[in-house]
Amino acid sequence: MSKGQKTNWLLLGGVVLLVAWPLLFVKGDFEGADAQAGELVKELSPDYTPWAEPVFEPASSEIESLLFAFQAALGAGTIGFIFGGYHERRRQQR
Amino acid sequence: MIKSSYAKRYGSVGAIALLTTFLVVASPNPAFAMHISEGFLPLGWALGWWLVFLPFLGAGLWALQRQLKRHPESRVLLALAGAFAFVLSSLKIPSVTGSCSHPMGVALGATLFGPLVMTVLGTFVLLFQALLIAHGGLTTLGANGFAMAVVAPWVAWGTYQGLKKLTQRQGIALFAAAVLSNLVTYSLTAFQLALAFPHSDGGVVLSFAKFAALFAITQIPLAISEGFLTVLMGTWLLTYCPEELEVLQWIGGHTSHE
Repeated sequence: MSKGQKTNWLLLGGVVLLVAWPLLFVKGDFEGADAQAGELVKELSPDYTPWAEPVFEPASSEIESLLFAFQAALGAGTIGFIFGGYHERRRQQR
Repeated sequence: MIKSSYAKRYGSVGAIALLTTFLVVASPNPAFAMHISEGFLPLGWALGWWLVFLPFLGAGLWALQRQLKRHPESRVLLALAGAFAFVLSSLKIPSVTGSCSHPMGVALGATLFGPLVMTVLGTFVLLFQALLIAHGGLTTLGANGFAMAVVAPWVAWGTYQGLKKLTQRQGIALFAAAVLSNLVTYSLTAFQLALAFPHSDGGVVLSFAKFAALFAITQIPLAISEGFLTVLMGTWLLTYCPEELEVLQWIGGHTSHE
């Protein structure tokens, strides 16, 4: 394994660790930080009412996670496609 | 000989596949992460941030057009930078505080194409999330855009340029650029909320402390994750498309990789 590859695996491992750590060792409900921000706004100015509604709100949290997964898949697919192309080009050049 | 080149080839393909899978699978949590939600800025502030944001968006569109005219071949990398931001900002990652937030991924593109171009791509991501996922919002797009698509790319770009000159190590510069731009975005968001909702006794300062406390610790591990992933992308770019990077002057002089 080349030095570069080793670095890549270390970087990936680091990310996995950083994600897994809180899931394993932290007890929390893993609520989103901006929902908490909304609560704080209510606390700071109780009279404030949001004056606009989202144009489209996913019907349930399942649908929402579907859309988030769709976003991730779209991006990851593009990245994979492009690197696939580059990978093949580099192989041909050799 | 053949065997070792196979191993090498499939090694990196394996790494890419793993990351892709990870990126898709790691978003199980339906929780929101941090942008200012729709309607959560009073009208005046929402309009004000829009006014601040629009000139940058205009300049970004101009810069993007110029980039495509001068280097039409760079649109593949442009798509890559956009896709990277797309993926990263869809990942709500659990953090040590027991809440979730997400990275942004605008740093990579900012170092490749400059901060102005990245404003356009970042805005596109925000627009997608505001329209389809009810995350962030149209009324707050000015404020969110200014934080994530204007200030973050500039911070990333500045950090990258400065550290690259100083340390001569691209990896370190890239890592710091991603981490700092992530943290700055969230502090700025907290500041925007604090300005709009000052505490009745402690004013903006106390309010900022409260909002910042929500995000600060949550955000640090995420910022580091974003740094790692950004460096990983940088390494792949250096391996697979040095020619394109030379056009963008991303390579040249010293690099710390391989």
